[in-house]
Amino acid sequence: MHELSLMNNLLTDAIAAANGAPLRALKVRVGPLSGVVIESLQFAFDALTPGTPAEGARLDIEETAPLFHCPHCQTSYTTPVGNYQCPACLATDGELRGGCELDLISIEVPDHV
Amino acid sequence: MCDHCGCGHPHDHSHEHNHNHDHSHEHSHNHGDGHDHAHAHAPSEPMRTIDVRKSAMAQNQRHADQNRGWFRAKGLTAFNLLSSPGAGKTALLEATLKHLLPHAAAIVGDLQTENDAIRLRASGAQAVQITTGATCHLDAHMVLHALEKITTDGLKFLFIENVGNLVCPASYDLGEHRRVVLLSVTEGEDKPLKYPVIFHHADLVLITKCDLAEAVGFQREDALKNIRQVAPRAKILELSVKTGAGMDAWFAWLAG
Repeated sequence: MHELSLMNNLLTDAIAAANGAPLRALKVRVGPLSGVVIESLQFAFDALTPGTPAEGARLDIEETAPLFHCPHCQTSYTTPVGNYQCPACLATDGELRGGCELDLISIEVPDHV
Repeated sequence: MCDHCGCGHPHDHSHEHNHNHDHSHEHSHNHGDGHDHAHAHAPSEPMRTIDVRKSAMAQNQRHADQNRGWFRAKGLTAFNLLSSPGAGKTALLEATLKHLLPHAAAIVGDLQTENDAIRLRASGAQAVQITTGATCHLDAHMVLHALEKITTDGLKFLFIENVGNLVCPASYDLGEHRRVVLLSVTEGEDKPLKYPVIFHHADLVLITKCDLAEAVGFQREDALKNIRQVAPRAKILELSVKTGAGMDAWFAWLAG
């Protein structure tokens, strides 16, 4: 359950960025190689937000796929986790370029605040 | 008070650190009601979107960068050892520390007890225990403070034995140079397929307890195929701490 401390980081950054405004939504990007479980992130969000400016806010999660670059044929490709073969030349030693992220992308706050 | 991370821990000596602080900037734009995604709030409430673009790992990354700077300043190579509980990390380290004396030390993480550090100190090497309480992994900040207890004179190798867990520790960069993931023959050949993330990030996968392979019906070719599928860039070595088979190749990899 390291998702609890990671969600705490995301919420701390979101509340700071809102600068006193109530949060209506958080958009979080999760890579499949980040090592976090999305259901656990949602659980942590629901557990941590009551009594904070993020109470009642929506958690929008954008899932990405592992992104690789093939050093042999220079193809960039995305794959399911556990199958990293280049679709063009079938090499399996692609260089990982994305899929480890756990990022707070943006927040939504009421415009009038 | 710790000057480096502001965490309130006592900090009794200075060390050199890289400070790569990333700074987020924010800008806003108006966001009207004409958009088509669902909202929990009243539809008439005008919204403003603020870009943040900050990683949940940013703080850990800063501490990992500090650790990296410290390893570099001290001329150390650091290894992060990961596996499920009972795969043989501590037994491997006992033999490894003894072999590399006096040039190796260890930091060892467990939820409770000093048992592993006591075991490792019997080899004659320094060993610092981190007890994490309820936390299922080591993070760079815990390691940063454990480093304060390491005497680095003559030291060349630092081993960080992570909490036994194949999930959570995968997410945390500790500042190490190399990641080593252990898979014991008693665990089953499909473990890499079940926990692909931790294996994917490995520089070396060590198959341990090979002396038991026959007794447990270990399917070696299946295991190698599964490791190569989820960790195509990792080197694979097989060893038995008990018989000593394969240990020379492990020591050669450490030195390389």
